[in-house]
Parts: sequence; structure tokens; C-alpha cells
Amino acid sequence: MPSRGVGGAVARPASVAVTGAVPRLPAWSALGWFCRRKPLGAVGGALMLVVALGAVFAGSLAAYDPIETDAAHTLEPPGARHWLGSDHLGRDVYSRIVYGARVSLVVGLLSTVLGSVVGGLIGLLSGYFGGKADLLAQRVLDILQGLPLLVLALVMSATLGPSLPNVIVAISVPIVPRAARVIRASVLTIRESQYVEAARALGGGHGRLAFRHILPNTLGPFIVLATAQLGGAVLVEAALSFLGLGVPEPLPSWGRMLSVSAAEYAQKAPWLVLFPGIAISLLVFGSNLLGDALRDLLDPKLRGH
Amino acid sequence: MRRYVASRLGVAVLTLFGMSVVIFVLLRLAPGNIVDILFATGGYVNEAEKRLIMTELGLDRPIWAQYLRWIADVVSGDLGKSYRYDLPAWQLVKPLIPVTVELALISTAIAALLGIPTGVISAVRQDSALDHALRIFSLAGLSMPSFWLGMVIILALVAWIGWIPPVTYVSPAANLPLHLVQFLLPGLAVGYRSSALIMRLTRSALLEVLREDYIRTARAKGQSGPAVIWRHALANAILPVVTVVGIEFAFLIGGLVVTETVFNLPGVARFLVQAILWRDYPVVQNLVMFIAIVVILTNLGVDLLYAWLDPRIRYAK
Repeated sequence: MPSRGVGGAVARPASVAVTGAVPRLPAWSALGWFCRRKPLGAVGGALMLVVALGAVFAGSLAAYDPIETDAAHTLEPPGARHWLGSDHLGRDVYSRIVYGARVSLVVGLLSTVLGSVVGGLIGLLSGYFGGKADLLAQRVLDILQGLPLLVLALVMSATLGPSLPNVIVAISVPIVPRAARVIRASVLTIRESQYVEAARALGGGHGRLAFRHILPNTLGPFIVLATAQLGGAVLVEAALSFLGLGVPEPLPSWGRMLSVSAAEYAQKAPWLVLFPGIAISLLVFGSNLLGDALRDLLDPKLRGH
Repeated sequence: MRRYVASRLGVAVLTLFGMSVVIFVLLRLAPGNIVDILFATGGYVNEAEKRLIMTELGLDRPIWAQYLRWIADVVSGDLGKSYRYDLPAWQLVKPLIPVTVELALISTAIAALLGIPTGVISAVRQDSALDHALRIFSLAGLSMPSFWLGMVIILALVAWIGWIPPVTYVSPAANLPLHLVQFLLPGLAVGYRSSALIMRLTRSALLEVLREDYIRTARAKGQSGPAVIWRHALANAILPVVTVVGIEFAFLIGGLVVTETVFNLPGVARFLVQAILWRDYPVVQNLVMFIAIVVILTNLGVDLLYAWLDPRIRYAK
């Protein structure tokens, strides 16, 4: 569908408008184009930006020290002293949510990047070389994918022990097979394209072909995949922390804020359950909205749906 | 068809074998062995006793021998002994299976009943306000932790009608309506999430089919809109949806971990979490293997069903 020009700053050739491909524009006007074309995706991006800003500026945004207890003001409802109430130890829920954004974002982003990069490399190599290695890689990935994500992460974080890096590794492992599948599929089509053949005819070696000519063209599916997995990673972190197998104390994590202790006080202090859950849902909702919009724009198979 | 079944069975067995290796290795990544952990929780160390237990557990033998013994045990139906309860693991797990299966069935049914119709409506009314609203509704389902949604449902029930769901498990024999309500609430929370996946898939599968020539032919022959959608389009679009419903069911068996904990339902998944927290590794190892077997068998069943429904698949290779 034809889209309107962005402030008339850049004239786009008609063919681009017809195919709906992402036009080459300066960063700011590309952003404007994205906001018009995919308003919901832009809302998602904005939600994630808010959480990211909260995480970066947690120090100045928080009203209290997130781990400081206050025996005189426990389970206080939301009000002037504690905007979102206080928990059973008198800790400020708002400040803990602001600091918790750090944990959720760091764990979510790093585990997604780790899983996608490792899986992407496996997918690139097995798709590029094909043959027996490819077959073996596919079977191994089948095995990893056969287990429910949460069970795998649960067992891994339990055996590795609860610590920030271990949780990140545990959540990244189930992402590996998904990433490998997606990248392999797109490598298989790119491998056969004429420009790759031309590069090969010019004497390009395997490394050059795979990394210089094929890899950059898998960037679209890669971004789509990573955005789609981010929400899932945040949810798994929340579940692991809820069960006490995630990020250890004293780091405030949204999942652990919902944990059994909060559940015990849920009737008396529903804000302990409501606010951390809303924070998780908004972050994941944002990344899902953005992921959907990016997929619509970057995945040619889905264009027009 | 027979050849297709044989090849799928072969792949399933290979996957099971690989999965057993993965699980076995994963659990041996843990720092220290089971005996160390047992003794650490016991609070004292007696070298002679420690060696005795190691021999009893076969931990003094090489790792491949340990693996073979485990496989032999699992194949013969022996799921090992729980250290926490000093009972055979199977005896502990067996009564939990119906709870988890029932919850997974209810959740999957809710997901399909909610997901397929909304997906069809969304596809038929593509890009309408209704389509956008339904897509946002389903995306919201994908974004909320289902265990949190469960907690909120309980809170809302308490706040609005002052009714507190039972804290302990109610057997169907004791009080059937209460039992159903007890399962329906977590089923709703989990089913909403799964319905989002099903809705999105139904929508995109149906959109693809609706662009096919035979749909245009049916329309040209004067078939009414609803007849084209329900008889011609959905019959073909439903195949991938059936697959996803099956896979969702299998994944729920293990994915109900937190929900069972929140709702205090004595299922397999909750027991797995407890076993992990107690470091009851023999139980963990066997439970994860059990979940893997269920997942693989369900996937196999779905594959075969799919091939039976759609002849193109079994002749493809």
C-alpha cells in the first residue's frame, strides 16, 4: 500500500511505495515513517523506551532505597508516603519496580542476544554447509526444542545455581533452537541467490561468502526473531524468580516481588500483586507490539496479511 | 502411510535417546554430587557413610555405566527413589498425573474454543476495527504471565463477590462443582495465553487460504460468504491449527509449573518444582524425562493425525 511521504524531505521511487519495502531514509524520518505505518508498533517501542529509561535512571527516579526495610510502615496502601504502597518488610513498591526494570531488561536483553547469536551462528553454518552436519544440527535442535522452555530453564538454573549470569544462560538455551531454525531457513534461500553465485565465481571463500555476503541479509529475520523472543525471556525470568530459582536477593526482581510472600499478603495488600504484574505485562506487551510490527515490515512472506 | 509412520517412529526414538543424554548431562552440571548435597542438608559428613551411599547409588561407577543403568531402570518402569520421602518416585508421581492432565486438557479446550473463532472473525474482517481489537486482546494474553493473571482472578473474586477459592485440592468425588471451579480458574488464566497463539495462527492460516483460487471459484459459483469460509476455507486452514493445539497441550504438561504452584494444585509440574528446590535429583531427572516422553508422544500423535488428514504430507518424502 502506498504510504505518504515523510514531510516531503525525501522523494521515494514509486516502486518502493508499491512493494512496501522499508525505504532508505535518515534515521529520524525513518522513525516518523515507522510511526505512521505501524502506530501500534510505535506504541510498543514507546512502552519499552519508558521501561528502559526507568532502568537507566532508577537511581534518581526511585523515592526510596529499594532494599531498605522499614518496620514502622509495613503493608502500607498506596498513598503520599509510598506511591504504590509498601511490602511486608516496609520496602517501597514503586522504588522496587523502578529498580526491578534493570533486572528484567538486563536478563531479557542479554539472554535473547546470547540465545539468538549462538542459534543464529549454528543456523548460518548448518544452512550454508548443509549435508551431514546440517542434519546432525537439526536433530540436536529438535531435542532441545522438545522440552518445554520453562522446564529446561528451570532445570538449568537449578543445576547451575541462582546467580544473574546463570539465569541469563538458562533462559538463553531454549532460544537457541528457535534462532537456528529461523536463520537456517533464510540462509537456505539466500544461498541460492545469484549474487552469492557471483561472489563465489569471483573466488570468494566460504568464510567470506557466509559472513560477508549471506549474514547481513539475515538481519531482517534476526531482528524479528530477537524482538519476538524478548517478551518470552522476560516472562521466563519472572516465572523463575517467582519460584525462587531466578535472580537472587537482594536484587529487586518483578517476578520475585510476586512471589509466595506477596501471595501470602495478597488479600491484605493487593497492590503487592497488581503493580509488579502490570510492570511485567506492559514491558512484554510493548516488545510483542514492536515485534509484530517489525515482522510485518521485514518478513516478506507475511507482507500483505 | 506405513513407511511414513515407521520413519516418524524412528525419529521419535532418536529424539528420546538424545533427550535422555541432554537431561543426564544437564543434571551432572550441578556442582557437587547428590551425596554431597544430601549430606550438606543433613548437616554432617561421615566419610564411610558417604562412600556407602555413593556405592548404593552407583555414583562410584563410570559415567556411561550410570547412564546405562538409569536408562535400563526407566525402560523397566523404575523411576528411582525419592530421597525426600524415601519412597519410590513412581508411587509419588502417579496420583499427580491426572491432576496435570485434567488441567492441561481444560486449558487447551478453553484455548481452542476462544482462539479458533476469534481467529476466524479476525481473518474474515481483516483490518477492520474488530480485527484490531481482537489482535490487541490476544497480544495482551501473550503478554501477561498466566500465573499472575491467575492471582488477579482470585483477588478479583475475593474483592467482588467475597468468595475465596479452596486452598487445598478438592477431589471430584468429594465435591464435583467445586472441583470444576478449582480447575476452571487456572484453566482460564492459562487458556487465555494459549488462545492467543491459536488465534494468531488461525488468522494467518485462514488469510492465506482465502487468497487461493479455489476460494474464488467457490465464490464465483455463487456460494454464500459464510459457506465459503466455514466449509471450504476453514477445512484447509485448520490443519496447522490442529498441530498447534496438540503441541500446546504437550507443552502445558510441563508449562503449568507456576500455575499449579499458585493454585495449590497437586500436579506433576508443582511436584517437579518442589523436587528441584529440595535437590531431589533422581526425581527431577525422571520427571523431566517423563515430561519429555509425553511431549514427544504427543508430537508424534499430532504428526500422524496430520498425515492422516492431509495425504500430501505422507507422500511428500
